[in-house]
Amino acid sequence: MSKTASITGGSAFRFGLLLLAMPLLLWLFLLVILPHMDLFLVSMRERISYGKYEFSLINYIEFFAEPLYWNTYVRTAVMSIFATILTLVIGFPVSYYIAKVMRGKGKNALFLMCLIPFWVSELVRTFGWMILLRESGVISNFLQWAGIADGPVEMLYNDAAIMVGLVYTSMLFMVVPLVSVLDSLDDSLIEAGYDLGGNAFTVTRDIVIPHAMPGIASGCIVVFMLTLGNYLTPNLLGGKDSLWFTEQIYTQFITRFNWESGSAFGFLLLILSSAIVWIGLKLSKQTLSETVG
Amino acid sequence: MIPSIPQPKFYKGLYSSYIALFFVYLSAPLIVVGVFAFNDSLFPSMPWEGGTLAWFFGNEDPYVGIFNDTKLLESVGVSAFVAFWVTILSVTVGTCNAFLFERSKFPGKNLLYIISLSPLVIPGVILGISILVFSNAIANGIEDSIGWDLEFLRPGLFLVIIGQFAFITTITTLVISARLRKFDVSLEEAALNLGATRRAALWTITIPFLKPALIGAGIVAFLMSFENFNTTLMLVGSDAPLTIAMFDRLKQGSTPVLNALSLLLMVVSGGLALLSVFVQRDTKN
Repeated sequence: MSKTASITGGSAFRFGLLLLAMPLLLWLFLLVILPHMDLFLVSMRERISYGKYEFSLINYIEFFAEPLYWNTYVRTAVMSIFATILTLVIGFPVSYYIAKVMRGKGKNALFLMCLIPFWVSELVRTFGWMILLRESGVISNFLQWAGIADGPVEMLYNDAAIMVGLVYTSMLFMVVPLVSVLDSLDDSLIEAGYDLGGNAFTVTRDIVIPHAMPGIASGCIVVFMLTLGNYLTPNLLGGKDSLWFTEQIYTQFITRFNWESGSAFGFLLLILSSAIVWIGLKLSKQTLSETVG
Repeated sequence: MIPSIPQPKFYKGLYSSYIALFFVYLSAPLIVVGVFAFNDSLFPSMPWEGGTLAWFFGNEDPYVGIFNDTKLLESVGVSAFVAFWVTILSVTVGTCNAFLFERSKFPGKNLLYIISLSPLVIPGVILGISILVFSNAIANGIEDSIGWDLEFLRPGLFLVIIGQFAFITTITTLVISARLRKFDVSLEEAALNLGATRRAALWTITIPFLKPALIGAGIVAFLMSFENFNTTLMLVGSDAPLTIAMFDRLKQGSTPVLNALSLLLMVVSGGLALLSVFVQRDTKN
């Protein structure tokens, strides 16, 4: 501060600061804070007639009264938690391998190979899974060729397909924080663990995992949030029965043009997402700035 | 577990094959998308009917290649237009934010920092609908009070740009801040001591130092905008950006022209990704 102030000094500095802060304030107020407050207000009103609205909780009451809505809500949350755990379980050994087993150039190359698929649009990746999993797809044909299946197998449009796609799409956001946190684990700690009579299991449980906890937390939080808010993957891989909550929001807004109820749904999803992120941060004793920054 | 600790060959082999399997999982969808771009069949599925380049260059119905598919090409143009503006806006505002957060102190800075991170934890669909609802409220308010119909506040490209800008700016802010944090302020002071104006010090010392981060942030912003789906879905009007156009085609079932397009996208975004990695890597030295 003193350095910056000394360069400009006094009231000119204040004015300069305000000028520098303008884009930030406009961005945050016009695009983040006010829209979400408005979303909340719209969710708390009922349309009486054209252009006339009244304060009401009807949109939230409707949500709890209609089993389809809250079933979808709970289902989305449970599937997202499951996808997060699955991503962690699959991604952890890979991250460990990149961070601790590989050395030198090969390590960087392997890490880069992990990243590149995620620069490709999620749409393209999901399209790839559709080609693999559909009835006339690659895996179905392979199974028939190998004699494992007698006829075409449809693997698309079920929960397992959604799960495969979600885990795939989320993998980057798990592997990157895990690799960086495991990279900072000193090899000598692992060696010491072995010297003291530990084995692969106890060393992993008592040394590696506690050290990796911040990375696990930030990976899980980001993956959960992205999965919860995903629309593309459940919609394309799950078909009509995917029952993802973002699809309900879309239906209310675009198909049924019921913005009041759509806003309520949106707000409920936001609460769920924020709550889980908050719990995750509390449990892992992290702050938001550390996790995403 | 680590190379310095001997492990039975069997476990090592098992571990390596798991990693190999993982990379098969990672690459399989991308490979099939690419390979089926060359399949001489009306559907991107088995069986293999022999190779063709029709999905790139074909011009006879139904074999319309990507270079002759005006609708898809138009949507590529729309996406590029959106991504261009999102990049310009988000890098500019991100740079201002970086200077604000790294160089100045003012009351409420921490709170503002937390709020400016929040777009990362708001699901894209919700960000989309909140901006949709808010801009619609403004548009209605203006129309009711002074009778102007502000078309740009209704779903359309302006809102798409604004919506993507709302969360991409967080990312550019983080990238540029990280670089600015490493800048040695004494370099700037030296320039000022040597008689440079503040503006000259900024343009000849600080901005060149930030350049790798600015380019990196720009590439990331462009790609994220180009590939965004969730926020765009809620704000789109009649001009469909690429992701929306592809999504509609996918739902209807499309010819392998989508594979050809995807393959091109993979090549371009893969190239840009590598470029941004190398631009950012130089900064570490």
